[in-house]
Amino acid sequence: MKKRKKVKKSFIIAFFAIVIALGTLISTNVMAHVNNINLGLDLQGGFEVLYEVEPIDSESEINRELLSATVSALNARIDVLGVSEPNISIEGDNRIRVQLAGVTDQETARELLSTEARLSFRDVNDEVKMDGGDLVEGGARQNFHPDTNQPIVEVTVEDSSLFEEVTREISNRPLGENILAIWLDYEEGDTYEEEIMKEDSKIVSAPQVSHVISSRDVMIEGNFTTEEAGDLAGILNAGALPVELTEIQADSVGASLGERSMEMAINAGIVGIALIFAYMLVYYRFMGFISLLTLTGYIYLVLVVFDWMNAVLTLPGIAALILGVGMAVDANIITFERIKDELRSGKSMMSAFRAGSRRSLSTILDANITTILAAGVLFYFGTSAVQGFAVMLIVSILASFITSVFGARLLLGLWVNSRILNKRPRMFGVKEREISEL
Amino acid sequence: MNFEHGNTKLDFVKHRNKFFALSSVFLLFGLIMLSTVGLNLGIDFKSGTTIDIMADETVTADEVRGHFEEIGYTPDDVTLAGENNNIGRASFIGGLDQQETLEIQNHFDDVYGSMPNVSTVTPLVGEELARNAIISVLIAAVGIIIYVTIRFEFLYGLSAIVALFHDALFIVAVFSIVQMEVNIPFIAAVLTIIGYSINDTIVTFDRIRENMTYEKKVKGFDDLARVVNKSLVQTLARSINTVITVFFAAAALFFLGGEALRAFSLALVVGLVAGTYSSLFIAAQLWLVLKTRQLKKGRRRMKRLEGEQQPET
Repeated sequence: MKKRKKVKKSFIIAFFAIVIALGTLISTNVMAHVNNINLGLDLQGGFEVLYEVEPIDSESEINRELLSATVSALNARIDVLGVSEPNISIEGDNRIRVQLAGVTDQETARELLSTEARLSFRDVNDEVKMDGGDLVEGGARQNFHPDTNQPIVEVTVEDSSLFEEVTREISNRPLGENILAIWLDYEEGDTYEEEIMKEDSKIVSAPQVSHVISSRDVMIEGNFTTEEAGDLAGILNAGALPVELTEIQADSVGASLGERSMEMAINAGIVGIALIFAYMLVYYRFMGFISLLTLTGYIYLVLVVFDWMNAVLTLPGIAALILGVGMAVDANIITFERIKDELRSGKSMMSAFRAGSRRSLSTILDANITTILAAGVLFYFGTSAVQGFAVMLIVSILASFITSVFGARLLLGLWVNSRILNKRPRMFGVKEREISEL
Repeated sequence: MNFEHGNTKLDFVKHRNKFFALSSVFLLFGLIMLSTVGLNLGIDFKSGTTIDIMADETVTADEVRGHFEEIGYTPDDVTLAGENNNIGRASFIGGLDQQETLEIQNHFDDVYGSMPNVSTVTPLVGEELARNAIISVLIAAVGIIIYVTIRFEFLYGLSAIVALFHDALFIVAVFSIVQMEVNIPFIAAVLTIIGYSINDTIVTFDRIRENMTYEKKVKGFDDLARVVNKSLVQTLARSINTVITVFFAAAALFFLGGEALRAFSLALVVGLVAGTYSSLFIAAQLWLVLKTRQLKKGRRRMKRLEGEQQPET
């Protein structure tokens, strides 16, 4: 037997240097990344609505431009609500998804979002006297009625003579018909008689006009609270929606339930990952220890990429992340099994490591490329939820490739090449009697 | 758990027909269940509203119904969930409007001190998602066949796709049998399993292909069977270890991940088992059968060619 070659201590020092450097990096900024990741509604509560977009009149067509215009109008409205980080996305050809995390007052939010905010002034026969186009843009404001101190909304008419004319005509009508109804979102077929009886009426207010008004300011009274009046003024200023929105799906998650789901999923994840670590350590011994390091690196990398991508983490996302650990482990297992095979066939530690790494690479490549191919197709042809999943899958595969293939090769290589492990197959979970002579 | 290639007497190939039969019977049973009983489709695929009410203590269905009746609603269905039955889920077929859901939410906020979850949906969205996922999987299957045919050989691709559909159908069949609720996360789980199934099968095939290159001449079934058995035994430790580790993660999610993830993690666990089983017992064996047939055909063609040539000379 040849004399045992000297152990190269520098390799082992390099190993610890790398591990300590990475450990410091991870421990110092992992929380910063985690806190930056946007949580889905299912994890922090809030609500989500999917709207179908329809043209207001039959002539116009829904196109990309109109959809973008609608999204910016919705954004302006959400500003009125004061929600931070709303998420509005266009889906398909005629849908818009609005996600408002952390919103508690759903009703107001939904009303503000879907109202077209088309103001019109009509007489009792539903004939238009004035509409939003006759008002000064951005001129709506919340105020108080000078006599009753009730909250009101004031709008300003562009042309003072127009309002004078309208009020003159209405005030000349007999009592009961001298009403100028102020409608929000009047639709073909709505009538004054029906609507005024409804509790949740589209008629915001229906003042009697008994004399000619020559000022340009119109007062809208409507039993508002100060807040409601403020919201209405805000919506009117944000502008009318260019389209009609129909709610086709709505989802709301209470904040406490969301938080609880997240806690449970994270706890489950910690337990699952701990079990994986324990199993790898018992089964693969020293190599298991290396995979413990690369898996930690994998989890960190996925979180960082998620932060960079501004992705939204949802409950299935957490599950996919935890499961991704399993997929990353697979790459390790394939390599380790190969190395064990080579050791059993009687190769030296160094050549077993080299042959095992090389041969496992093509297997891992084939398996991962096929999976990425599938994920790519899912991303390209799928809808939102499927797409999110596909992205998660691709990120997991790429991250696991970097950490479990290259990371493990580097870290394990340092030990193997230091020669300290030579003649110690037990460290790799290979028993001496299993080794056949070359 | 070590499988020593030289002296293991595991013979996967011998029992292949039993495995084929087992899978066929199960899938057939699943298909019958699917076409008669169908799946327990969640709100994602039905028109309606579900309201999840979370209480601090155990609730009963009657209690939840009682609270609804107080404000004049009759849910179509009330089920209980959660660790100690502290979540009541009421569903309304056909759905409620904004005003109604708000009233209900406020009522339960007063009663239990936490705002209930409300989802309303038109079946359109869920159906579209499912249809889209199915179409994507079909397209992905074609892509995989093409890739595997280029990298390997057409028969490997074909067998891998059969295994993939086996696994997907397996999960759907199990869910039809146990009647657990199928929701959008379930689709995500099926997609995960499809990814895993391909991965697993390709790893096994990779080894078969490698071992095929060591063989000097593959004459027929016996040679192929030897290669397949050898390859399966060689990859067995990997197959088992991988499924165990992923199983740990999925099982932890199932037991500790909470109500929202239960259907998702059950689908994963079932799919993992099916995926490993199909890689070992279905995909490789199917390849063996197809390859044997191809070899025979090739030989027959050779003979025929020889036969045709003879009269001329």
